[in-house]
Amino acid sequence: MTATNEVPVSAAGNPIGFGSMKRVEDQRFVRGQGNYVDDVNLPGMLHSAILRSPFAHARINAIDTSAAEALPGVVAVITGKTLEGIPRPSLLGDNFAWMPTLSYDTQAVLATDKVRFQGQEVAYVIATDRYIAKDALELIDVDYEPLEPVMDAKRAMDPDAPVIRDDKGQTDNSITDVHGHKTWEAGNAIGTSEAIEKARQDPDCVVVTQEIMYPRVHPSPMETCGSVAYMDKVTGQLTLYTTSQAPHAHRTVYAMVAGLPEHKIRVISPDIGGGFGNKVGVYPGYVLSIIGSIVTGKPVKWMEDRNENLVSTSFARDYHMTGTVAATKDGRILAVDVDVLADHGAFNGVAQPTNYPAGFFHIFTGSYDYPNAHCKVTPVYTNKAPGGVAYACSFRITEAVYLIERLVDCLAQELEMDPAELRLKNLIKPDQFPYTTPTGWVYDSGQYEKTMRVALDMVGYDDLRREQAEKRAKGEYMGIGISFFTEGVGAGPRKDMDILGLGMADGIELRVHPTGKGVLRLSVQSQGQGHETTYAQIVAHELGIPPEDIEVVHGDTDQTPFGLGTYGSRSTPVSGAAAAVVSRKVKEKARIIAATALECSPDDLEWELGRWHVKGDPERGKTIQEIALLAHGSLELPEGVEGHLEAMTVYNPPNLTYPYGCYICVVDVDPGTGQVKIRDFVAVDDCGTRINPMIVEGQVHGGLADGVGMALMELIAFDEDGNCLGGSFMDYLLPTAMECPEFRTGETVTPSPHHPIGAKGVGESATVGSPAAVVNAVVDAISPFGVRHADMPLTPANVWRAIQGRPVRVDMAVE
Amino acid sequence: MQISITINGETVTRDVEPRRLLVHFIREDAGLRGTHWGCDTSNCGACTVWLDGKPVKSCTVLAAQADGHEVKTVEGLETADGLDPIQQGFIECHGLQCGFCTPGMMMTGRALIDENPNPSDQEIREAISGQICRCTGYNNIVKAIRWAAEAEASSEVNA
Repeated sequence: MTATNEVPVSAAGNPIGFGSMKRVEDQRFVRGQGNYVDDVNLPGMLHSAILRSPFAHARINAIDTSAAEALPGVVAVITGKTLEGIPRPSLLGDNFAWMPTLSYDTQAVLATDKVRFQGQEVAYVIATDRYIAKDALELIDVDYEPLEPVMDAKRAMDPDAPVIRDDKGQTDNSITDVHGHKTWEAGNAIGTSEAIEKARQDPDCVVVTQEIMYPRVHPSPMETCGSVAYMDKVTGQLTLYTTSQAPHAHRTVYAMVAGLPEHKIRVISPDIGGGFGNKVGVYPGYVLSIIGSIVTGKPVKWMEDRNENLVSTSFARDYHMTGTVAATKDGRILAVDVDVLADHGAFNGVAQPTNYPAGFFHIFTGSYDYPNAHCKVTPVYTNKAPGGVAYACSFRITEAVYLIERLVDCLAQELEMDPAELRLKNLIKPDQFPYTTPTGWVYDSGQYEKTMRVALDMVGYDDLRREQAEKRAKGEYMGIGISFFTEGVGAGPRKDMDILGLGMADGIELRVHPTGKGVLRLSVQSQGQGHETTYAQIVAHELGIPPEDIEVVHGDTDQTPFGLGTYGSRSTPVSGAAAAVVSRKVKEKARIIAATALECSPDDLEWELGRWHVKGDPERGKTIQEIALLAHGSLELPEGVEGHLEAMTVYNPPNLTYPYGCYICVVDVDPGTGQVKIRDFVAVDDCGTRINPMIVEGQVHGGLADGVGMALMELIAFDEDGNCLGGSFMDYLLPTAMECPEFRTGETVTPSPHHPIGAKGVGESATVGSPAAVVNAVVDAISPFGVRHADMPLTPANVWRAIQGRPVRVDMAVE
Repeated sequence: MQISITINGETVTRDVEPRRLLVHFIREDAGLRGTHWGCDTSNCGACTVWLDGKPVKSCTVLAAQADGHEVKTVEGLETADGLDPIQQGFIECHGLQCGFCTPGMMMTGRALIDENPNPSDQEIREAISGQICRCTGYNNIVKAIRWAAEAEASSEVNA
């Protein structure tokens, strides 16, 4: 635990360092003075709307835009044909109709030859008013020739399946990554298969295989995606206000897509109404708003509606997994083998590091110590929306954690062993860290058993098991589900991790002004994480400058150094470290200036928070504020030391950080209706040092609600004709305050040994860890009916079907 | 058609199309951008404002329906005495993260306390059940509304 009680308090009542400081951001948000993209209105601004395909797969024979163009108020109508006619001075294609994805694939900006998913962008209208723009969509006549849609990843593999990406000359629906691989493997294939075969022959061992689907879900931030673009034709300057979690990476992508000079592009992410990975990708709508401004010479706003957000922007998961675990009968795990069929939709638009085509899925070995593991992931194209890495998944760790935590419960059921006992038997021990997993990750630190015992005590595990036994005797079905997760967050290092060739390291700049107040400029972007508060706290912790004296600037590429942005819980592990390192650079410079002023050697000085003083003579010293003034004053500085008090750094993380936790969910299930009621939810997280415990807990609460939603309600399903059945909040059900219990949180603190302040990321921990806890609880409740597994979402209907022994494919509208 | 709506005590008169939504009138015609739009289908509640003192989802009310009526938005919560307790409660209890659902949540929370000065947690959860927050898991929103109710109760006792 960070000793918040020992942290000095500033004149404004804030901790000069770590602690539960109230957020700086809240002052504007509670007054309705946030500035989101739809709040941006520029003089002469036009509005726009996108016509989307009603078909999942169809050839476009013709598009007639004449009636739309004739509607008063319509300024321009753009189709794929228009874009094909705009030459692009770029290595990535010769016209604007196609753009690169973040996975080295191509994606249509506006469809030219075919539409490949329902909701795909077909035409773009620019008008004087948002109502007129939408009216004009109704007047566009598209002649479609429907084709058979491929809505199931398994069907996509069939030799006779329709080919989706004929534009690339493909003859099947396989996806080839940038290294030429059509499947992606990790771990030891031979050793794992031998260990499993040996276990099959050994009467003292068991082998359990389970098909486990993580169906398609959607991050659905409350603010949809949008942008306001303005291309100033005189200066050649493009300004883009946009819902981006990664403004710098987006700027570079626009430079590549549009062939615009990068120094003439300014990307501004103002306040962002939630991201969760939904705002990592570059969407056709953003590109179209830029093209719209180039064409009209005016600022152009594009804001999606909710249906567009749900049907076209980055989905998550859609992983069809088969896991096999071998173990001894006394519960020692020996090996895990996993085969995954990955549905990537119509374009491979996955936003993840280049060398990790399945993200960090191969962390599926979990929190357990065993020698053999292997996974194989096969991605395919289908006629669904593109995307894939989103919804707080930490680059597919959500899928991995769900798989292993479900598999361990299946094993426990097979062994008739308590799932807590089985986990405790296999957890990696504290003295094994740094721990190298069978698939090559190096976990930095952990006290897994300690954390698990805190969670078991908090929830009252033994009492719950007794209660469960009594209730079962009475025909009442309660369940207790445990999930113990480890995730790896904070990508890079840059030598291993890049997106489109951009190394995952982040810049930061700290300037202390003459009066000792400062400005910290970050590359990462907040979507609600409270960066303006926590980063000031990091500087306060390092330099003793009160947090209210540090202005945190982010989200504007003209105002901040380059970096890869906020996703995969990477802000604290990467830029949080950068903030500490840059503060320490300033502190070292301050030491030289203080020594000069005090006429002593820098080596004779000692640091106390906010002040350098002479060793053994604490009265002789200079505060950081005094030093700041000296740095900008007339003090003659030693040879080679420049004036002013500022520094910058680019932080290249040596490794990921590995936060972990133990979540326990308690449910009551009505076997007659299949209704699940969450009675209790305990979450014990270890994310290392907590900079602002209030903010950490808040993020955990939010992720737990995500887990409840995905486990019980959320689903993007399709019918056989390719219609998306989750296209509004009437159909895509998000948890409200009624479905969420009062979450109870706990903590242990095991600092990361390689992070300057020992912090690990936490933003996605709860989303990653919680779905398995809920599903394990529900399956535990209905296990007396012979149920070992049921796929999410565990709606009343799906639970009832599982109890009846008649499960269905939850992601398809078929019986 | 010409309509006049009194928003936070100031009357705004505009010529609008009959189909214009109240949320667009508030945001674009009156220029009050603290009210947000999130879903089109009355599910998310980011657009919640008061119409004649009752919370409504302004994406599902036509501006014309509010002609001659009183609307209150988040911008109307703060007074010369400072922040409304509901606003202070959201700050104190970390009841917000991205801030997008917050104005709507506060309008509903304020209306609940006006009607029921001492709501239970369950009553608070029911009151905000027509609204969605993706960041907080609702724990701290419930606490924030309770904080506001308790702060108001204790200030009345002291007064």
